[in-house]
Amino acid sequence: MARAAVLGRLTWQVGTVTEVRDETPTARTLVLDVPDWTGHQAGQHVDVRLTAPDGYSAQRSYSIASPPGGTKLELTVQRLEDGEVSPYLAETLAPGDPLELRGPIGGWFVWTPADPGPVLLVAGGSGIVPLMAMIRARAGSGNRAPFRLVYSVRSADAALYAAELADRARTDAGLELSYVYTRSAPPGWPGPAGRINAGILTAGRPAPPGTAVFICGPTGFVEAAANLLIDAGQDAQTIKTERFGPSGGQP
Amino acid sequence: MNEHLDGNVLAGALRELFTVDITTATGQCVACGTTGALGQARVYPDAPGMVARCRSCDEIVLRYVRAPDRAWLDLRGITCLQVQLPE
Repeated sequence: MARAAVLGRLTWQVGTVTEVRDETPTARTLVLDVPDWTGHQAGQHVDVRLTAPDGYSAQRSYSIASPPGGTKLELTVQRLEDGEVSPYLAETLAPGDPLELRGPIGGWFVWTPADPGPVLLVAGGSGIVPLMAMIRARAGSGNRAPFRLVYSVRSADAALYAAELADRARTDAGLELSYVYTRSAPPGWPGPAGRINAGILTAGRPAPPGTAVFICGPTGFVEAAANLLIDAGQDAQTIKTERFGPSGGQP
Repeated sequence: MNEHLDGNVLAGALRELFTVDITTATGQCVACGTTGALGQARVYPDAPGMVARCRSCDEIVLRYVRAPDRAWLDLRGITCLQVQLPE
């Protein structure tokens, strides 16, 4: 059950960028110092607001990439070609700059280390971000429930956190990682590029009883993955989804 | 746009009005009787305003419009919202 808490009014805060980290040629992670951050759960997001000198403002939601408990808040931002907010965050913003945000937001699409059951994570593109927070949260806790990540990307160079995920697949006991390449598969990949399918989602075996599913990605991807899992026998009530639209405004 | 998002997307906007996260609250659809978390609804975010529809019958359950100095919340399609609270 979701955390029952009276949260108080949600207000805007100003964080400071302390570090930026390139993740792919078109995405980077912003590390933020947010005074009085109340803490968050893996899967939650923040709203970010940019305001121009003339008062025009634009607001977007971004998933939190860092696990709960840290002192720094990390957001990974995918730059969108015609984006209004993401190019500024993914290219211009520099250490020392302020950033207006509010959060944490959303108690539905969350995983906590107190959840004992097995988990299937399904990510499409930058939908990996909140799921990465869950993987990191699991690693930082005593929870060793089986976690399986199916990560669909256009090509290997578009994959976020690739090096960290490869390390974790070796060192995080019970974490299993499967990639789906939709446009071009890397050299040596066994099979062609293609869309996600039931065989990849289920790994050809029934999900362990009590499996919780988190799917995050573009609307069409989430719809397809959820339908494939339901057709494969997964109870719809165990599937939590977070779609983001063409504006890239997650969730 | 025709693509919908999830009820999760309402969380920030409704936290301006409520001190609890309404997306984890469960409500019953007036039209079809399905019970579910608001986070499970289909949300059309540029409708204009935000329009949430029942994931089972597609009827409107909630509409929310925000102006600089006020907000309009229409809960026409939800009966008996159940909200978890600390004891």
